[in-house]
Amino acid sequence: MSILVNKDTKVIVQGLTGKTGTFHTEQALAYYGTKMVAGVHPKKGGESWTSGVDAAASLPIFAGVGEAREATGADASVIYVPPAGAGAAIIEAIEAEVPLIVCITEGIPVADMVKVKARLEKSKSRLLGPNCPGVLTPEECKIGIMPGSIFKKGSVGVVSRSGTLTYEAVFQTSNAGLGQTTAVGIGGDPVKGTEFIDVLEMFLADEATKSIIMIGEIGGSAEEEAAQFLKDEAKKGRSKPMAGFIAGRTAPPGRTMGHAGAVISGGKGGAEDKIAAMEEAGIRVSPSPAKLGETLLEVLKG
Amino acid sequence: MNIHEYQAKEVLKAYGAPVAKGVAIFSADEAEAAAKQLPGPLWVVKSQIHAGGRGKGKFKELGPDAKGGVRLAFSLDEVKSHAAEMLGNTLVTKQTGAAGKVVNRLYIEDGADIERELYLSILVDRTVGRPAFVVSTEGGMDIEAVAEETPEKIHTLPIDPDTGVTAADAAKLCDALELTGAAREDGMKLFPILHKAFVEKDMSLLEVNPLIVMKDGRLRVLDAKVSFDGNALFRHPEIVELRDITEEDEKEIEASKHDLAYVALDGDIGCMVNGAGLAMATMDIIKLYGAEPANFLDVGGGASKEKVTAAFKIITSDPNVKGILVNIFGGIMRCDVIAEGVLAAVKEVGLQVPLVVRLEGTNVELGKKIISESGLNVIAADDLDDAAQKIVKAVKEAA
Repeated sequence: MSILVNKDTKVIVQGLTGKTGTFHTEQALAYYGTKMVAGVHPKKGGESWTSGVDAAASLPIFAGVGEAREATGADASVIYVPPAGAGAAIIEAIEAEVPLIVCITEGIPVADMVKVKARLEKSKSRLLGPNCPGVLTPEECKIGIMPGSIFKKGSVGVVSRSGTLTYEAVFQTSNAGLGQTTAVGIGGDPVKGTEFIDVLEMFLADEATKSIIMIGEIGGSAEEEAAQFLKDEAKKGRSKPMAGFIAGRTAPPGRTMGHAGAVISGGKGGAEDKIAAMEEAGIRVSPSPAKLGETLLEVLKG
Repeated sequence: MNIHEYQAKEVLKAYGAPVAKGVAIFSADEAEAAAKQLPGPLWVVKSQIHAGGRGKGKFKELGPDAKGGVRLAFSLDEVKSHAAEMLGNTLVTKQTGAAGKVVNRLYIEDGADIERELYLSILVDRTVGRPAFVVSTEGGMDIEAVAEETPEKIHTLPIDPDTGVTAADAAKLCDALELTGAAREDGMKLFPILHKAFVEKDMSLLEVNPLIVMKDGRLRVLDAKVSFDGNALFRHPEIVELRDITEEDEKEIEASKHDLAYVALDGDIGCMVNGAGLAMATMDIIKLYGAEPANFLDVGGGASKEKVTAAFKIITSDPNVKGILVNIFGGIMRCDVIAEGVLAAVKEVGLQVPLVVRLEGTNVELGKKIISESGLNVIAADDLDDAAQKIVKAVKEAA
């Protein structure tokens, strides 16, 4: 089992015809034949896209998401549209009632995401991101930009606000022989579609997921809220072994550290508070990002 | 992006917010003429720097008994003498760090008779994904201290993006700020105005501290601090024009030209990393092994050789840097591109300090080969832990 995506997930691409969209679609097709079914481009409807690495791989292009979904029965959309138009692209996918929308784009204005969030709350869609690496279920489906080569089918659920730290967690759990059920990047923006709690709930409910790694960073209070959620669930008898990490212990207050959401403001969002909350919820927080796999193994040994 | 107080007030004034009359000046010669444009008999001379705590701040060059960065003047002569003393000197406040900031601009403002000082800000509340007002009757002081000591005196009100500030919202804010009479009338008008400015101009923070009730019962925006969402500047050329690059770190300006996320820090180990999370984690692990990072630098997911070269040059331009750690986990980023960029930069600017390189991910073998065959004195590392220990050790040995 896995969460969010599996071998049957059919994916359309918004922004397929650009350089980024093309590269990552080629990579996805090469990853255990992820079912990429169509592209969307407002001016190129009716044309088709051909992979640069496999001439036999070709996808139809539709003018709109609704049309593409109707023709292909897609249940997910991945967005590589540049920042100025990405908010509108997400809204188009929401209006087409795409169940899972994954937005990779970094640098979307916060005001645009406020509009997206208001639409999202009234819809049935789930949005991952923006400014995220996507979601990957080993040997089944790769949506987004995660490097498939470091994954191994297994039992760890990975959820993270950071792309490259997701890769660290995946790489280390692969090397530790544990492997992953699914890795989910929720993204580094302050206003986003999916929070830790949503993904943790799915991992707790997924039988194949035996343990969880959660990677947070400075800014906001999503880690504290997740910790509270885990404490409440544990009282109901639902819990799984967990390891974690918080990036930004050394970050100065008031400065945005690369990710738009990674900023300690008004004395809030610092690493120490998050670490304390996570440890109180039973998560073993590693002081080193290089010891995520090792820390999880220790937790599993008890 | 931050702007000065006087610029923020101009932006808010254009939306109809009540601000005092004022004139910005760049040299002491302009002080008298500026003050004469205002009615008097009370003037306020305010240092314009991108940092808070100006009133309680101290000028480095002046004695400990000298007045702070915001001063009252009761005559034109006093305006002139304050201006002469403040301009060109370095103001150190709670937010500037010990180095302080040179005051290059002053704002001469019409004084106000203050009855009450209130606090108001708008920012995006991440938990609900909407702009929210934060207000308190305890204005004119450090709001973080108020939040710490008397959290019940801080009220938060998120605004529905579909409706904007409704009359009911404005009334709630008036109640929270205990506004009555003329001040309440002003508040009912002011709150929707501020929200509109926040949304239309893509602000990330709008802080009015204090918002004052004057002796005549009217409201006035006495101080204003505004920051804009850097990702939305493309649609606000008029805001970009307000940028004051003398307020920014030179290395950070250079980095922004190359679209690199860079933050200058105080330590001595320079870092070049891909991904914001990994870049922060790299700083953390350097500290964990007993040293301090000189910077945060994220080269991004798909950096070119040129971008990597530019990044490396920015790191080496920092005289505090005694060692460099390159940490790459290539997903989209290819390790061979990183290796070539580092080599090109080293050829151009030389390498006077120890360099540790940790590469993982796409084309890792090729990247490692390029570096090992370069003949450069590069210390290779197997993983992040190994890399951090090696650079900390190398810098300590070189010292």
